[in-house]
Amino acid sequence: MTATPRTTLGKVRAHQTQNEGLIFEKSSPGKRAYKLPPLDVPDVDPAALLGGAYRPEPGQLPEVSEIEVIRHFTRLSTWNYAIDLGMYPLGSCTMKYNPRVNEFVSRIEGLAEAHPYRPESLAQGSLEIVELLQRCLIEITGMDAITLQPAAGAHGEFTGILLVRAYHQSRGNPRKKVLIPDSAHGTNPATAAICGYEVQNIKSNPEGGIDVAELERIVDEDTAALMLTNPSTIGVFESEIHRIADILHAKGALLYMDGANMNALVGKTRPGDFGVDVMHLNLHKTFSTPHGGGGPGSGPVACKAILEPFLPTPVLVRKPAPATTTPTTTTPGAPGPSHLGTGETTQLGWSFDRPQTVGRVRAFYGNYGMFIRALAYILANGPDGLRQTTEDAVLNANYIRAGLQDLYELPYKTASMHEVVFSDKRQAARGIKTGDIAKRLIDYGFHPYTVSFPMIVSGALMIEPTESESLEELDLFIAAMRSIAAEVESNPDLVKSAPHSTRVSRLDEVTAARKPILRWKPTA
Amino acid sequence: MRYLPKSDAERAQMLSATGALSIDELFAMIPAEYRITSDLDLPRQLGESEIIDYFKAAGAKNAVGLASFLGAGCYRHYRPVVIDSLVQRGEFLTSYTPYQAEITQGTLQAIFEFQTMICELTGMDVANASMYDGSTGAAEAIMMATRITGRSHSVVARSVHPEYREVMATYHQHQGLPTTTVDYNRETGQVDLAALDAAITPDTAAVLVQSPNFFGVLEDIPAIAAIAHAKGALLIVSIAEAVSLGLVRPPVEADIVSLEAQSFGVALSYGGPFCGVIATKDKYLRQMPGRLAGQTTDADGQRGFVLTLSTREQHIRREKATSNICTNQALVALMATIFLTVYGKEGVRELAHHNLAKAAYAASTLGTQPGAKLLFAGSPRFHEFVLQTTDSPIDLNNRLLTHNIVGGLDLSKWYPELGQSTLWCATELTTRDHIDTAARVLAGAPVEA
Repeated sequence: MTATPRTTLGKVRAHQTQNEGLIFEKSSPGKRAYKLPPLDVPDVDPAALLGGAYRPEPGQLPEVSEIEVIRHFTRLSTWNYAIDLGMYPLGSCTMKYNPRVNEFVSRIEGLAEAHPYRPESLAQGSLEIVELLQRCLIEITGMDAITLQPAAGAHGEFTGILLVRAYHQSRGNPRKKVLIPDSAHGTNPATAAICGYEVQNIKSNPEGGIDVAELERIVDEDTAALMLTNPSTIGVFESEIHRIADILHAKGALLYMDGANMNALVGKTRPGDFGVDVMHLNLHKTFSTPHGGGGPGSGPVACKAILEPFLPTPVLVRKPAPATTTPTTTTPGAPGPSHLGTGETTQLGWSFDRPQTVGRVRAFYGNYGMFIRALAYILANGPDGLRQTTEDAVLNANYIRAGLQDLYELPYKTASMHEVVFSDKRQAARGIKTGDIAKRLIDYGFHPYTVSFPMIVSGALMIEPTESESLEELDLFIAAMRSIAAEVESNPDLVKSAPHSTRVSRLDEVTAARKPILRWKPTA
Repeated sequence: MRYLPKSDAERAQMLSATGALSIDELFAMIPAEYRITSDLDLPRQLGESEIIDYFKAAGAKNAVGLASFLGAGCYRHYRPVVIDSLVQRGEFLTSYTPYQAEITQGTLQAIFEFQTMICELTGMDVANASMYDGSTGAAEAIMMATRITGRSHSVVARSVHPEYREVMATYHQHQGLPTTTVDYNRETGQVDLAALDAAITPDTAAVLVQSPNFFGVLEDIPAIAAIAHAKGALLIVSIAEAVSLGLVRPPVEADIVSLEAQSFGVALSYGGPFCGVIATKDKYLRQMPGRLAGQTTDADGQRGFVLTLSTREQHIRREKATSNICTNQALVALMATIFLTVYGKEGVRELAHHNLAKAAYAASTLGTQPGAKLLFAGSPRFHEFVLQTTDSPIDLNNRLLTHNIVGGLDLSKWYPELGQSTLWCATELTTRDHIDTAARVLAGAPVEA
């Protein structure tokens, strides 16, 4: 048996990865990776204390030592692609660099250890971070008010549409339908449905944008809102955005903006200025908090003053400071309680007295740890850095467009912003689809672009480089895509059977869904 | 800007390749009247050391180094160091949802292990990859039950975390899913079984209880299940303190379990990010929301993992999806998986045992001080308990704070009928010294400095 030849393709060369079974397969009784201190209180008999609620048999969790924990998860990690390894051009996902200082500051003891129910006087530092982040996001979006409570983008959509509903309800009628372009992310219609609205899809115009004449025809007194992604999922700015807002407002309907693509706008234009009434942001996209393999996210919702009374409870306010109680002793070197009662006449706190609120959308105050990271990102950039970031993101997408448009079909010729969408039309003629090209891209050392979305483009290749890619990495990406286009002509089977360099080859998704195996079980 | 990997010369070279004459030309689609021409009103760009100084100062402005008896859905447990070492590996931290299975086997296998561990702990057949948190998970569990049963009402115990109940109300109000709340027995702190039975109608899709409940008391799950099932309703059990599963019998009679896994190695972090998860019986799998990792084989017959059953999800089903959830809490679920691997079969049990012992000592010590009474004293508890005091919670907590102790949570906002009552929590990190000091403050006795 021969070892893998040491060949280079584009920017990569194969290297070893360690095999690793499931953690349960490594377990053996008696091994342990923990040590509890001795009990300093009298021991108890759990069976006696818990009675019928006592669990006689523990769950079958693995038993391993600490070095095995480290090796297990380190080995698994090496099977992942990541931004830290290279370009991750997933359209609509904004896979940008996740600064490490964000991780560092989120773990500062006084912040990471704060209990959400501690007295507000002992949480002023945590609350100041909320206040500053809110102020920054309001300024960036041009809106009037904000809630940070939603845990992700779809949760933000849910919150935003609840605000819309509460607004209409306060005027006597919640209305019936929400308009959604056919280019929208699937969360938009799913959100409208769980907020009790009918979904009316609207077809995109030949440029991939909103058909304004069609919109004017269908907006009526039953229309609660239009959910619009701007720039759209094909990376195009709705240049008639204010007419769209005017059409809606003339019938009393509202404009909701899905802020998934805000990375194209920060510092260059503000949704609040071009007629948006309510929008969500994705801190895990635009504001650099890590995707972490699928989450956590954070989906703040910003709105105009007309929607402010309906925001989820609680909202952050300044209140008169109560007479503070200061601990008599403090831990040496820990400037905590002794900093209180410094004569401040107001303090930050939560207000629950919101008679028109839509209610809570999550326990406590949201994915707080993400607020710290997003604020650290904003502070690292400042206004000039944020603007430069947006310009670089748009420049990168247009550079890719220029480098590939002779080989890949551009279904919409409209100017691109932060992402560019091609179709597989020319390659499909040779039997090669967007998904095949994506898999072949893996062999060149890149994560694929977003495949087959948006659905208004047949066989879409949706490419969002973000600002985090250097000229060198972009040139390598363009070269890889050009090389694959040539392979489609010369050796289509090579592309169709890709990837060839990964630990596993293409996985059988059909069997996975037909006969689901969703957990490990011990072999009898 | 230090995160941007380009020189001005490279920018000029790239711009020229695009054919644009200026960067503003690339933004020409934005009508001129909406284009910003000056800096936003934001703090100036800071150096890394300044950023760290800012957040350290904020952390110091919060009180640090205090002992705390707060729990109520957010629990302070020890977090083994290896958790942060491992989740900060860039391959986990900076990877996306594992849709491209060939290059995300690490995340996928870890999710599969997480799902298995949750099944082992809860006694359910299947578990998803995570939900936002315990409150939204509970709301989604009820929506799931309405799809399964075709019924539209729910019955929720008043002993469920009040904020979870608020979230459920927000989720259900516009979907035609009315809720009846059932009170608790004033003696036991458990859901009133007779009232529960009376509240369930032929329209009831699900009964939702929490155990340990908001007062720390364990509910009688087999009895509640029998009442719910007799009328064709499903039983959903919400668990806010996951460590309890080390010693508390899993709710095997439930149809759906909604778990908050924060206790498994996740920092308090002022309330988030946490990690919800929904687990259920095999037969209800297709109505479960959220992502799932499944085992399969590759073209060469090797074991591998993929995201599966996505026809339930919004990116395929759009307005007919089981939920609108997309991004979940993956990295936090990984923390929980590592935590459960560190503690393992014996450790989770031993950890639960320590929590039980600390809380038993705290409840008996604090509950026997003059002017203090332990409520629901005869009921089985895990690591939380309710104290009724002759002092007001505000006065008591102010006195405790002068000894660097954050006392129990004032319950009057949600449960005024309990008078001057506070909810206390002890975990393995609570020391006997903290408990004894709190007892002396409670008694008004002198406390050694």
